[in-house]
Amino acid sequence: MRYALLVLAFLAVLAVSLLGFRGATFVKPPIDVFPEWAFPGMKRQPKYKPQAESKFFADGRTDRPLPPGVVASSYGPAGQPLRDDDHLYAGKTATGAWAPGFPAALAIDRTFIKRGQERYVIYCQPCHGALGDGQGITKAYGMGATPTYHDDRLRQMPAGEIYNTITHGKNTMLSYADKLAPDERWAVVAYVRALQRAQQGTPADVPAAQQKELGIK
Amino acid sequence: MPKLFPKSANRLPLQILTFVGVLGGLAALGVTYYMTPKYTRVGYAPVQPVPFSHQLHAGQLGLDCRYCHSNVEKSGHANVPTSQTCMNCHNQIKPQSPLLAVVRQSYESGEAVPWVKIHSVPDYAYFNHAAHVTRGVSCVSCHDRIDQMETVQHAKPFSMEFCLDCHRAPQEAVRPRELVTNLGWQHPAGASGQLRDGQKLVDDWKIKPPQSCSGCHR
Repeated sequence: MRYALLVLAFLAVLAVSLLGFRGATFVKPPIDVFPEWAFPGMKRQPKYKPQAESKFFADGRTDRPLPPGVVASSYGPAGQPLRDDDHLYAGKTATGAWAPGFPAALAIDRTFIKRGQERYVIYCQPCHGALGDGQGITKAYGMGATPTYHDDRLRQMPAGEIYNTITHGKNTMLSYADKLAPDERWAVVAYVRALQRAQQGTPADVPAAQQKELGIK
Repeated sequence: MPKLFPKSANRLPLQILTFVGVLGGLAALGVTYYMTPKYTRVGYAPVQPVPFSHQLHAGQLGLDCRYCHSNVEKSGHANVPTSQTCMNCHNQIKPQSPLLAVVRQSYESGEAVPWVKIHSVPDYAYFNHAAHVTRGVSCVSCHDRIDQMETVQHAKPFSMEFCLDCHRAPQEAVRPRELVTNLGWQHPAGASGQLRDGQKLVDDWKIKPPQSCSGCHR
């Protein structure tokens, strides 16, 4: 009896020393308690999941690139799969010039600008800075000169051209079209305008109620 | 007539029972400890083709999670970024770094970077990222402090119990939407404040996390 229990204790210690404890970091793929060969088709069903690997397609990806010229019908706002509003989708007027203002299809209000701010902070602030002065965090790590929004060239720039820059990029800035939907790009443009306006503020812009609080006379 | 069994055999049934009991106990302990995701998955930190540091990008630089995982609010799948996303900065920052050779090659050729998937649920479990992050469940709830990880590792077990714990008590995790990607945030009033405001958000947003099988298994 004693020997049997001793052997058992030895086996237990052996198992613990081989298997270790919970929470240790490891590099090899996790052990499968219910392996695929014993339970086929249970955890790994014959279906494709996003960004997964495919053994069927030559390029090895399950996400299929769109054939040239194809527009996904679900892309963009509902009801406009054709994107036939040049102002909204290309930032251009009927004559092909950069549109100076915002598309009529969008309501420019506080919510819209707040949305623009949220998107700006995520996607633009790292380089353009919280104030739009081109002093983002990336500058300290070697990002080249990022223009400030607060000069005449960018203050005069038509909204459509700023929209186009977000869509297609410019110089060293790459396209953000995959990250921002058209209406989100316009929201960012609106917030960029708000940043520009903020830098040109005067004491007269401060509401009377807050003037005293801020010590403005 | 000599006795067939020695006297010590009288103890044998009890000894066998004891042994089987101890053996069964140890086996149960072993299965519970070693055959659950807390052991099999937690701690998984594979070597990636590019030694990307979340600690540097998300922690030190303060990039929002959504800068790279840009579809997480719109799609059930939280995308691994395109190599163009990397090149947004790395066409100028460390453009010659040998560590980024794989990314540059991918950007030029269009071939995908072979990132190793760490967090995964079985194909019969349907998890939707957008449904969670747009209703105030922070990344940190499932991925832990990714912003402090030099190398990403699987930090939470992702067992069914893990999901259900939160589905049964969402008020312990739900926070205002704008704080979802702020991984270090905790309710300033502590656990009681989280419960109070979490409950309010759960009520306002009418969050009813499914606890039925078909909520996640389809």
